[in-house]
Amino acid sequence: MIQTPESEKAMSSTQPSSLASVANARQERTHASTATGTGLEARGVHAWFGKNYVLKDINLEFAAGSVTALIGPSGCGKSTFIRTMNRMHEFIPGAAMAGQVLLDGKDVYAPGVDVTKIRLQIGMVFQKPNPFPSMTIGENVLSGLKLAQIKVENKDELLESCLVRAGLWNEVKDRLDAHGGSLSGGQQQRLCIARALAVSPQVLLMDEPCSALDPGSTLRIEETIRELSDSMTIIIVTHNMQQAARVSDYTAFFLSDGGPGEMIEVSRTSEIFSQPKDQRTENYVTGRFG
Amino acid sequence: MSAVAVPTKPWAKRPQERAIGISFFLAAIAFSYFFVAVTEMKGKLAYAFVFFVAYGLFTSTFSFINRGPQAAKDSFVSTVVSLGAVVTVIPIASILFTVIQKGVPGLHFGILSNDMSMATSTDPIANGGVLHAITGTLTLVFLALIMSVPIGILTALYLTEIKGRFAGPIRFLVQAMSGVPSIVAGLFILSAVLYPITKSFSALMGALSLAILMIPTVARTSEEVLLLIPNDLREAGTALGGTQWRTVAMIVLPAARSGLMTAVILGVARIAGETAPILLLTGGGDKVNPNPFDGSVGSLPYYIWKAFNAGSPEAITRAWAGLLVLMILVLILFITARALSTRKISK
Repeated sequence: MIQTPESEKAMSSTQPSSLASVANARQERTHASTATGTGLEARGVHAWFGKNYVLKDINLEFAAGSVTALIGPSGCGKSTFIRTMNRMHEFIPGAAMAGQVLLDGKDVYAPGVDVTKIRLQIGMVFQKPNPFPSMTIGENVLSGLKLAQIKVENKDELLESCLVRAGLWNEVKDRLDAHGGSLSGGQQQRLCIARALAVSPQVLLMDEPCSALDPGSTLRIEETIRELSDSMTIIIVTHNMQQAARVSDYTAFFLSDGGPGEMIEVSRTSEIFSQPKDQRTENYVTGRFG
Repeated sequence: MSAVAVPTKPWAKRPQERAIGISFFLAAIAFSYFFVAVTEMKGKLAYAFVFFVAYGLFTSTFSFINRGPQAAKDSFVSTVVSLGAVVTVIPIASILFTVIQKGVPGLHFGILSNDMSMATSTDPIANGGVLHAITGTLTLVFLALIMSVPIGILTALYLTEIKGRFAGPIRFLVQAMSGVPSIVAGLFILSAVLYPITKSFSALMGALSLAILMIPTVARTSEEVLLLIPNDLREAGTALGGTQWRTVAMIVLPAARSGLMTAVILGVARIAGETAPILLLTGGGDKVNPNPFDGSVGSLPYYIWKAFNAGSPEAITRAWAGLLVLMILVLILFITARALSTRKISK
């Protein structure tokens, strides 16, 4: 964290942390969320890769329509955790898990659950932009429908609304037939967000969506996240603490002390950055380690 | 005052350096002529050999005197590397040159529209043609293609996407299969299908044996291509709610399209000129056979073999012309496949 005179001043007055100024950056919601469902809940989630125990007993609730940031040093299991949410964890050979992930009160790991339906309800945006290279921009956005074989009445309308919500419409409306690879990195990532939106998920998982992008694109995507949070539940993994402060309602701090990653603390974002309960959280958010 | 910058290449060779290089080259040529004349050595290869040795010695000695032993080694190794490249190209260039030189006199106006049913091996060149052989070869390649491409690509998908329990043994067997001599594939079909079941030559029999040869090539190349597709794309497809098959069909295969086309090209290249199983299984007629499932069928390798065997000057010219046609045919197949694989997806 960079300590500026302003933040020092803010600290000296009421807030104990140097991050107080960014912690309040996210404005309070002005209107009710339209997110559907009752949110997502992780109950006692553990995860392994082969014999490697990577995640220990995570209990977290994500209210419908909330934005939750997961922060913590590299290798503490944040990405693994969000991949257990939409059952992408099992995609890696040797992966194992324990515990429950409840979507609208139903365990996504229960026997007989259609895993492809779960992934439709819980969308995901990856760290590296990965538009499908063989498809045009328009086809990329609608690819989820084709993959899951969903019929839609008005494809053009959906295409436009997804691109508008992802904040990309104005930049690509005249070249929807161009290939996805012709876009810049930030545009590609927003295309991936639009693609995830097209299948109207209840929950959107974002695994460091801005780590490969420049500040301008990052800002654009953060705006997108804020707009999306009106209609869906968002969980975002980030290494950028200002980003967590800017976009999230809640923040969970993960840490691994050599063993499996654990969740140290979860709270309202403003509290995590101003009055963390745990000393380790305070050390991390103030930049003393990690 | 701002000087106008002129783009220069300070690292480029100066004219006198270039002149020294050329003079070494000429000296080596002169030396090779001199050396071959003085000693017992004979033939073009002797000139080439002496030239390379002399050039290597001259340049490395010069480097040694001017810049020391390291530079001498450097220039010697670069001569050896160029030698390797030239030696590789010589046979290919030589084959191309010979086939064109000897094949062109055998070409005539009706070569692509006539077959050999009304011509004998001693007839003038202008009689007959290779129509039956071209149609036969195209039939054989096409039949082998539609059998081996699906099997080969499905095998590759099993190895890369499903990664089932048998992936290891299957990969091993496919590799072993690619070493099967073509005559073995021919004899296998002869004894397993032709003698006990169909009891007659046909294009299908030939295509079956060619498919045995083509499947491992297609499977192995496709596997390598599919392994190059980033896992990100598979994850993205899966995370969007696609089943594994939908993800593979919609994302992985289209992304690998040009590579898979290369796999098919390599497979076709493997079989287009294959002769041994063709001799055993197709019977090699002189007439166009429209039925691929029954009756003898001609093909370019068979035509070439038969014409060389006939031995008359006209027949040998025909054989060279047949070779030329085969080479051009393979070239056309390659160019078509390349064009298809790089064409933009249009809807």
